[in-house]
Amino acid sequence: MKSQRIGYFIFFVWVALLALSPFIANNYIVKVSTFLAMYAAIALSWNFIGGYAGYPSFATAAFVGLGSYSGAILQNAGIPMLMAWFFAAVIVVIFAAGVGRIILKMKGHYFAIGSIAMVDVLSHTASSWASMTGGGEGLNVKIMEGGPDFAGMVFLYTMLAIMLAAFITTVIVDRNRLGFGLRCIQQNEDAADMLGVNVMRYKLIAFVLSSVFCGLIGAAYASWVAYISPIDAFSILLTLKAAVMVLLGGAGMIFGPIVGSAALVIFEELIWSKFLDLHHGLFGLVIVLLIFFLPNGLLKIKWRRSSRESGDNS
Amino acid sequence: MSELLIETRKISKSFGGVKAVRDVTFSLKAGNIIGLIGPNGAGKTTLVNLLTGVLTPDTGEIIYKGENVTSQRPFQAARRGISRTFQIVQPFPQMTVLENVSAAVLFASGAAKKISHAQEIAFEHLKFVGLEALVNRSAQTLTLPSRKRLELAKSLAMNPSLLLLDEVNAGLNTGEVEQALDMIRAIAARGITILIIEHLMKVVLSLSHRIMVLHHGELISEGTAKEVVNDPKVIEAYLGSKFSEKQIFLESFPRV
Amino acid sequence: MYSQILLNGLMLGAIYACIAVGFSLVWGVLNVINMIHGAFIILGGYITFFAWLHFKIHPFMMILPVAVLMFGLGYILQRGMINKVISKPVLTTLTLTFGLEMILYNAMNLVFSATPRRIALDMGSLKLGELLLSVDRIASMVLALTLTGLLYLVLRTSKIGRAIVAVRMDRDAASLMGINVKEIYAITFGIGAFMAGACGALVAVVFPISTSLTGVFLGKAFVICVIGGLGTVPGALVGGLTLGVIESFAGYWLGPQNAILIGFILMLVLLVVRPTGIIGKKGYE
Repeated sequence: MKSQRIGYFIFFVWVALLALSPFIANNYIVKVSTFLAMYAAIALSWNFIGGYAGYPSFATAAFVGLGSYSGAILQNAGIPMLMAWFFAAVIVVIFAAGVGRIILKMKGHYFAIGSIAMVDVLSHTASSWASMTGGGEGLNVKIMEGGPDFAGMVFLYTMLAIMLAAFITTVIVDRNRLGFGLRCIQQNEDAADMLGVNVMRYKLIAFVLSSVFCGLIGAAYASWVAYISPIDAFSILLTLKAAVMVLLGGAGMIFGPIVGSAALVIFEELIWSKFLDLHHGLFGLVIVLLIFFLPNGLLKIKWRRSSRESGDNS
Repeated sequence: MSELLIETRKISKSFGGVKAVRDVTFSLKAGNIIGLIGPNGAGKTTLVNLLTGVLTPDTGEIIYKGENVTSQRPFQAARRGISRTFQIVQPFPQMTVLENVSAAVLFASGAAKKISHAQEIAFEHLKFVGLEALVNRSAQTLTLPSRKRLELAKSLAMNPSLLLLDEVNAGLNTGEVEQALDMIRAIAARGITILIIEHLMKVVLSLSHRIMVLHHGELISEGTAKEVVNDPKVIEAYLGSKFSEKQIFLESFPRV
Repeated sequence: MYSQILLNGLMLGAIYACIAVGFSLVWGVLNVINMIHGAFIILGGYITFFAWLHFKIHPFMMILPVAVLMFGLGYILQRGMINKVISKPVLTTLTLTFGLEMILYNAMNLVFSATPRRIALDMGSLKLGELLLSVDRIASMVLALTLTGLLYLVLRTSKIGRAIVAVRMDRDAASLMGINVKEIYAITFGIGAFMAGACGALVAVVFPISTSLTGVFLGKAFVICVIGGLGTVPGALVGGLTLGVIESFAGYWLGPQNAILIGFILMLVLLVVRPTGIIGKKGYE
């Protein structure tokens, strides 16, 4: 499909620009590029469970936070950074699989609440288990050697790598039985069950996929900023941003999360950071405008128009 | 061709205090068309739900192709070759007709691993039910008769050995019912066992080799059309219930 | 000793019940989780506080005016915005109310600032045998229970109340009977805001009010709904009292930080085992 090929082209150009930013732009741009990659990966993660499967998950913050703390604790215990990240991801996957098996039995509002509760329980645990996590004071992580410029590059490429992994996974899922099955589940879960889709297994896979990249991001982020605390690590705002980014771009699509995350990060940098006092209010406004004026996301508007023009061919 | 395809042994199901299905025991041989009739509320749809794994029986067993499948889940029943249609059709509303049927091929029939292959097979099934012109239409835009055909195509695409048709003809006019009957006969000719639940007595009588009668969750009679119609228990079940059932009974059963 | 803890728990629980009942009603009738509920409570608290600070109006006198004001706010929000997305999937309505909450939260921060405000009513305390009761807490508890009871009566006896219950039980049937469902939705949401505002006035007497508490109250409302069931006053009462007592005992045995955690864990367990709660009928999903 022509529009798909254009999409891939634009995507790869964008990735190349981000990757080249340390050589062609200043430190601020490098930092923004890192955030672009990071948020894109988070959005792509949420897309698996929230976009394809249609389950309103608010667990993103739980996965990122757990990844942050696991990575930080492991690193502080002497494990080399990259290995710490890997094990943090493993921990997050095990957590997601375990909890997922329980809360994916619920639907709609109850599932949403269950996922929010996950975040709260982890957050409170991090606050109280001070011996392990430093409690409310937070945890310091050893800063990487090599100076800030070098570190900036390392983390840019880390986030880019995670994002690419998430993107490739999305493409594979989208083209495959799994993606098809998830879409069926989203449209009519009982009918999908009766047609032979192993609904629980597919939902679990989607949920775990939505967790693994978040865990990696959390661990890498902790190493990058060298300090984490329960409030930042388990912020419901992050989860909300994940959903909003995907809704903004177009849920259940390959490029939706990319477009949505880019839009949100740019909005943050251009407008938000100028009005720190209005941080929450502006985000709330974005949400309200999004829901009333862009209910299907940016990509779905363009798409429908072009298919109406060229006739109905799939 | 006289092995048992499926048998139930004293299965029961209660909701709250009400026994919807009560100690039902029957067996179906491969290749037959069996009609399931009974007044409203007799438990027919519950029985179908039990056979397809949507509900699990409180007591009793279900044996399918020699295997005990009593506690199976719906997707397992689907993969084993038990397929059904719904009274109120349940498609995937925003997917196309082709995608709807491809899903059935992909997940239940085991005949295709790739989506493109599944779509080829799905197209053949759509040709059989006469929907090939509508393959790219969104499922929610279909008229009722077309939806029924889509439902049928989906259940066929699952490659079933046992097909449960739950009121396929509800809402169709006479001409459409005739077409549906032809399709059902063609399906049976392929060797698929069919259990058909129907209110229209003419349909049941003309299609079925055997008839089972359910009343208040119990199997009160079983046999050929002639045997069932003359069974005093069946007559009492229908005449003893509301007027409308009485009418249907008296109108549709000629003196046999 | 234990009877004191139990009593504290019940007094707390009465206020919790009042906090949750509006939230529960909205969820049960509209199938909308109103994320703004916590912010409504705090707003009610702030208005009460500043009325007391600047105009020396007694907080208990403010209950009704604040509640009426909040009813208006809730009604307009529902009619103007939330109604438009009421039939959309869960994620849409949830995100919308989240977004509206953030706007209100930000506005309150700007206007009132986030420093905690406490109304210090010196009403003294009573001694009943071994039990020590502070009068302002007792008064709050009594008022909370009264409000809850009044709501119950309204739902059961008034025409509007019965219409609300009808919509909760079966929206389509109610519509066929001639009930204007959209209007009922707006009124119910308004009632939810009404109860939230009234509770805010009561809460301001008992706790320090601050915008950082919006999430806390919302969380408690969730837990209470899961414990007690959706959409019914008895459910909210049972849920609220249960949570109050549990938190009181958990706070005593495990420390106040962990008391809140226990509430969440209980909710998670209940969600898995019996999502309809102790009393609730099969709720919406």
